[in-house]
Amino acid sequence: MDYATFLQIFDTALRFATPLLLACLAGLYSERAGIFDIGLEGKMLMAAMASAAVAALTGSVWIGLLAGIVGSLVFAAVHGLASITFRGNQLISGVALNFVAAGITVLVAQTLFQQGGRTPPLSGAARFQPVHLPFVEAIREVPVIGPFYADVLSGHTILVYVALALVPATWWLLYRTRFGLRLRAVGENPASVDTAGVSVIRLRFTAVAITGLLCGLAGAYMSTGLQAGFGREMTAGRGYIALAALIFANWKPWAALWATLLFGFFQALALRPDVVQAVLRFPVPVPVLDALPYVLTVIVLAGLIGKPSPPRAGGEPYVKER
Amino acid sequence: MDKLPRWADLALVPLISLLLAAAVSAVVLLAIGQSPSQALWVMVEGALLSPYGWGYTLYYATSFMFTGLAVVVAFHGGLFNIGGEGQAQLGGLGVALVCLSLPWPHWTLALPAAILGAALFGAAWAAIPAWLQARRGSHIVITTIMFNYIAAALMIYVLVEVLKPAGQMDPASARFPPGTNLPTLHEIPGLSLIFTKQVPANVSLFVALAACFGVWVLMWRTRLGYEIRAFGKQPAAARYAGISAFKVTMIAMLISGALSGMMAINNVMGESERLLQNASEGAGFIGIAVALMGRNHPVGVFLAALLFGFLYQGGAELGLWTSIPIELRTVVQGLVILFTGALDQMVRMLLVRLIRTSRSRTPAQAQGGM
Repeated sequence: MDYATFLQIFDTALRFATPLLLACLAGLYSERAGIFDIGLEGKMLMAAMASAAVAALTGSVWIGLLAGIVGSLVFAAVHGLASITFRGNQLISGVALNFVAAGITVLVAQTLFQQGGRTPPLSGAARFQPVHLPFVEAIREVPVIGPFYADVLSGHTILVYVALALVPATWWLLYRTRFGLRLRAVGENPASVDTAGVSVIRLRFTAVAITGLLCGLAGAYMSTGLQAGFGREMTAGRGYIALAALIFANWKPWAALWATLLFGFFQALALRPDVVQAVLRFPVPVPVLDALPYVLTVIVLAGLIGKPSPPRAGGEPYVKER
Repeated sequence: MDKLPRWADLALVPLISLLLAAAVSAVVLLAIGQSPSQALWVMVEGALLSPYGWGYTLYYATSFMFTGLAVVVAFHGGLFNIGGEGQAQLGGLGVALVCLSLPWPHWTLALPAAILGAALFGAAWAAIPAWLQARRGSHIVITTIMFNYIAAALMIYVLVEVLKPAGQMDPASARFPPGTNLPTLHEIPGLSLIFTKQVPANVSLFVALAACFGVWVLMWRTRLGYEIRAFGKQPAAARYAGISAFKVTMIAMLISGALSGMMAINNVMGESERLLQNASEGAGFIGIAVALMGRNHPVGVFLAALLFGFLYQGGAELGLWTSIPIELRTVVQGLVILFTGALDQMVRMLLVRLIRTSRSRTPAQAQGGM
């Protein structure tokens, strides 16, 4: 594999890693607050449909993005209601919302556009356009680093940079602010937060809302940045892969970045059977490459890379008085 | 909080959850500009008002009984098996290999062998997530989901590269030999008086009913079933009582996977009579809704499977006769899971309040108002 091919694959990896990273950070807020969220997938799907549909109707990707976030937040609110207010089973709630999303997105898209559950292809201002980083042409001439800067880092849509910027932002919020301290505490020992006079319910709802917001970005990126429109089941398990990345990353923001980049890299490899064959020196069937990210997820979950330490109160509803 | 009377908990809670799911579905239909009452009528007419419709409803219900029971067994062991879909796909592979391996003389010989093959392959697909859960503590929900995706890729590979006969275009296996074809309800003496036309429902229905009974015996009449339930309710206490967590997790998941796999005798052997891509068509996922709706009991699973059979056949009719997309089924399925599985506490709170107010009122009226 020469350097140019490597850059090409890495560029694709960064594109593929972005929705995973956004969804992974989304899950991080929720799970750090003690709410499991299997429903990242459904929220992304909902946001993907809503943003593509609204972008197609209004011609503005920004209004589309807003609609995507709203769609995702509605699902987050239902999940919060089920798992915080009514102390229901968080796993089941997430699974249920994924099904609702899988069905309702097609229902709405079909009703609006009559194109077999797809939205019309987006172009121009209805889609996020590539952003060119400063001094691209000047730096391109620098050996090794130059092409990397120009071909891999530059030329992505704005949401890619937003996702990357959210990593240090999340770190700062989680470990350097009072809100972050309380958020982490409510996932470890909600009773202590309650004793300190802070509302567990409000903290958890805030966390779930942030999850909704970030899943909204992830879904909008899928249909208006990565691809040009919504298609049924277009998230294809990315919400679950993001969850696996979250476990791999041990619920930490910087590790989430590396984990999702790794998963993105494997997804990018799946698109290049020729490169895989050239490196391995034997042909690999395409279904094997398709299954690769999922197999890798299982291997990661098998704990071959250290034991995960999840938030202690995760998945348990908080009961104030018995 | 007050406890609900047993009858209310068993019957009223699922019923109200179902009504809520139906109500929200109606709102969804209204929102996309369709008429809920007309939709319901098309569904009832297409699924329940003719023997032909029932032939399809029972066919779907057969698959859902298997996958529903699969979720039930795992649930009792405290395991949430979302991998029914992949396990059902692999079960189909097992059935195909059995049916294609020998020139079976008669279906009565082929069926037991196919059941064994389906159960074996389904169980094998559940074995790895089970082992990872039992030994490595990997979250079974995520591993089983991953195994669904891996199963889909594996099936494409097997169908295209291995089982597809030379010269055939579509990714499917060869037709099974005639000796493996299961009699449909139309071909069974006695029942053929009702089902006068060819229907997909077949003898697998009776295997599914037997499986319902078998799971009931297993869970409530055997030591193993007790161990599974005890472990699911209180893992720590069960461990203290000498129940092996590893054993229970493995066995519960293997049985669960075997049941999911067994649905393949219905769709692969009984209906399509060859292995197609994505043969299980989401039935593995419906099992979750069926188990929750059926309150994790075989009798409940039977009733819930009929209900979802109706929903599936009715939904297909909607796709045929109206402009409502067939995905409405997925929405209803999700809503049923949501209301019966996650918002059940809300329904219960509501009922407790209702019963309390009605009780406090009745004695007061009887004694002339106090």
